[in-house]
Amino acid sequence: MTQTTDAARPDSDLAVQMRRIHKSFDTVPVLTGVDFELRRGEIHALAGGNGAGKSTLMKILQGVYSLDEGEILVEGRPVRFHSIHDAKAAGIGMVFQEFSLVPTLTVAQNIFLAVEPLGPGGLINDREAARRSRETLRRMDVDINPNAVVGNLSTAYWQLTEIAKALAQDARVLIMDEPTASLAKHEADSLFELVERLKAEGIAVIYISHRMDEVYRIADRITILRDGRRLFTKALSEVTPEQIVEGIVGREIEGEAMTWQERSLPPEPEPLLEARNLRSGRRVQGVSFSLRAGEILGLAGLMGSGRTELARCLFGVDQLDGGEILVRGRRVDISSPQEATAARIALVPEDRREQGLVLEHSVRDNLLLPLLTRIKRGPLLSDREGDRLSRSLIERFQVKVANPARPVRLLSGGNQQKVVIAKWLGTEPEVLIMDEPTAGVDIGTKTEILQMIRGLADEGKGVIVISSEYPELLAVSDRVLVLRNGSVAQELSRRDIPDEETLQLAVQGV
Amino acid sequence: MARNTAPPAATDDTAAPQGRRGLPGLGELDWRRYVIYIGFVVVFIFFAVFLRDAGFLSANNLLNIFRQTATITVIAVAMTYVIACAEIDLSVGSVAGLSSVVTAMALSRWGLIAGVLGGLAVGVIVGSANGGLVSLLGIPSFLVTLGMLGIAAGVAQWITASAPQPILNDAFNLLFGSGNLGPVPGLLIWSGISVVVGAIVLSKTRFGRQVLATGGNRTAAEFTGINTRRIKFSVLLLSGVVASIAGMLYAGRLQSGRFQWGAGDELSAIAAVILGGTSLFGGSGSVIGTLFGALLIGLINNGLILAGLDVSQQQVVRGAIIILAVALARRK
Repeated sequence: MTQTTDAARPDSDLAVQMRRIHKSFDTVPVLTGVDFELRRGEIHALAGGNGAGKSTLMKILQGVYSLDEGEILVEGRPVRFHSIHDAKAAGIGMVFQEFSLVPTLTVAQNIFLAVEPLGPGGLINDREAARRSRETLRRMDVDINPNAVVGNLSTAYWQLTEIAKALAQDARVLIMDEPTASLAKHEADSLFELVERLKAEGIAVIYISHRMDEVYRIADRITILRDGRRLFTKALSEVTPEQIVEGIVGREIEGEAMTWQERSLPPEPEPLLEARNLRSGRRVQGVSFSLRAGEILGLAGLMGSGRTELARCLFGVDQLDGGEILVRGRRVDISSPQEATAARIALVPEDRREQGLVLEHSVRDNLLLPLLTRIKRGPLLSDREGDRLSRSLIERFQVKVANPARPVRLLSGGNQQKVVIAKWLGTEPEVLIMDEPTAGVDIGTKTEILQMIRGLADEGKGVIVISSEYPELLAVSDRVLVLRNGSVAQELSRRDIPDEETLQLAVQGV
Repeated sequence: MARNTAPPAATDDTAAPQGRRGLPGLGELDWRRYVIYIGFVVVFIFFAVFLRDAGFLSANNLLNIFRQTATITVIAVAMTYVIACAEIDLSVGSVAGLSSVVTAMALSRWGLIAGVLGGLAVGVIVGSANGGLVSLLGIPSFLVTLGMLGIAAGVAQWITASAPQPILNDAFNLLFGSGNLGPVPGLLIWSGISVVVGAIVLSKTRFGRQVLATGGNRTAAEFTGINTRRIKFSVLLLSGVVASIAGMLYAGRLQSGRFQWGAGDELSAIAAVILGGTSLFGGSGSVIGTLFGALLIGLINNGLILAGLDVSQQQVVRGAIIILAVALARRK
């Protein structure tokens, strides 16, 4: 049952109250007596490690899961949600991390999906939907054509469309899950502006994020969950980043992992990998660089600067239009991922769910996919050898999975990422390219991944790290290449970058 | 038409109207979406020129093309919904066959109404079984309907002992396919109604929109509050019922029920839908495109017969043309 949000009662300056929420799956308690409250016009950060229960809590608030015990009040009135419909009718809107739009429909059709305005005869009035979409988009100060097909838009616009979808249905509470995960710096900035504007309209936002700087920048309060309980809710002015991180991981950890330690490289006569004047498509316009064995090279640049595309053509996904690639001084012809693998180059791609994993397959099968030749016995694959190899990779990269036969989609984001890394490192590459290796993983796993990168370089591998998170880039890189408009704008030794601002300025080109 | 075959004039004719329509950036226009219409016109002109003497352009022949494609069109309209919803229905051909014999048998024993209801019941039962197995048990529709193809064909052959079931009820035959409304063949009206209703429902009603959303991104549809199981059930039920109507159209036109009626129609219908630009991966669909897809197939069949190709050669050419058209329509 839901109620309309009529005139506010004086005692309900709280948009949402969740009281003593209990929830178990198959007798495993996931939430035990969690309290959560959200004020009107508040931006409330929600944080917690994997398995802390934040997504379960939010799914209860959206009506996806029912609660076992406890109660929910929206604008001071008790509600009971039996479906997503009920939650929506009560004004709860969700902006999903895994985008939830239909790519084949237009922006307006997506915004009004299932609540289309009807004209005479009960037929959908698409013109009215487009008009109202345009109104909502204008209110957000966003320039999107409501008649554009969503699949043709860039991901930044997808997210804005999702927000518009929630607002057009009169959402008073917006839940945003890692909203900046796939956005470049300037896109994230305009998202923050938008969130501030919504806040000024009295809309409350629950902001789930792993990124400290963002949380401090826009949130008013933060609630931290750990092991299905609420650890604390505090104003951000009263809590230090160290306390938050400690609250999430249960131990003080980020400080060390995120600090740069100067590493010394053994002098070597020739570079491990050398790129000369690479050209490919519109985004790679003459890139040259070299990478030494044991070196970590950071690639910085805005979205569209050619970072990802450079990685793709080094790995043979995109074809080179010009230039040459040398591995240990020998020219190699890389026009397919097979040839790149043969040249001992591996890529941990940007989007692990789309490009990195076969989600429905088991952890074991995902790990073994690039390694099939190693478990061949004659023309057949050896199951025993496969089990041995996958178990050793799981152990070496500390993937948390009880049974390697479980589908990889059931793992947390951080563990999925470890599977992708382990899968490629199983091929024993000399050059490892990692595109956004820590996107959407919790701080604990992030720390492990950063340590892993350092360890690989210490073993003598050359690592290229692409990241939009500057602190992370600065923490691991020995050298940073700044890409702008498809070519190298600047090459900086890590020693010459005193702080994050310097790198930001270099990337922005000011 | 096509009398003026001087090359310069012809190119001017085709270029000018496009320019005048003022489409934004013709270079960026996604011509692949219109490949079915272009293909239809090209093939039509080709036959009109080369098969003129064989009587291709005669009113009778053109009506014949429509008449022969009418049943496929009806099946393909429903198939558009199934494919747009990212499912498939392979059982339609044998459902049509089963419906034709059940109709014929019920008709001879209990009369017109019972015959029609009997035919529809076949569609409802098979469609619900398909839909239920797919949406409730989560079995892929490819497998469910492949099994159902065999079951329906077997039942039709079994209950008739492979014998044709004549239909002597004139009212039925007139209503379902043999009659005319003035100069217009009744079959044309059946296919016209199904196309018009199908096109409007798919693009202009919530049900149609939810079919597209379910096929385009089921998770998104689910999170938007759409009951995607119900949608999948509905499209498969719809497809079964429409296939049973198609079976009655065969029965009426050929004045008998036979288990062979409709055999292989699933492939023609799927080809028509894909040629018409509906994505095999779901999420988009065009009923008008499907109509032209079916007409194109009918056109090719007709042209090849007029050209004097024998059945085996027709199959080869038809297959090649379908592959070519789908390859052209494919997105990069």
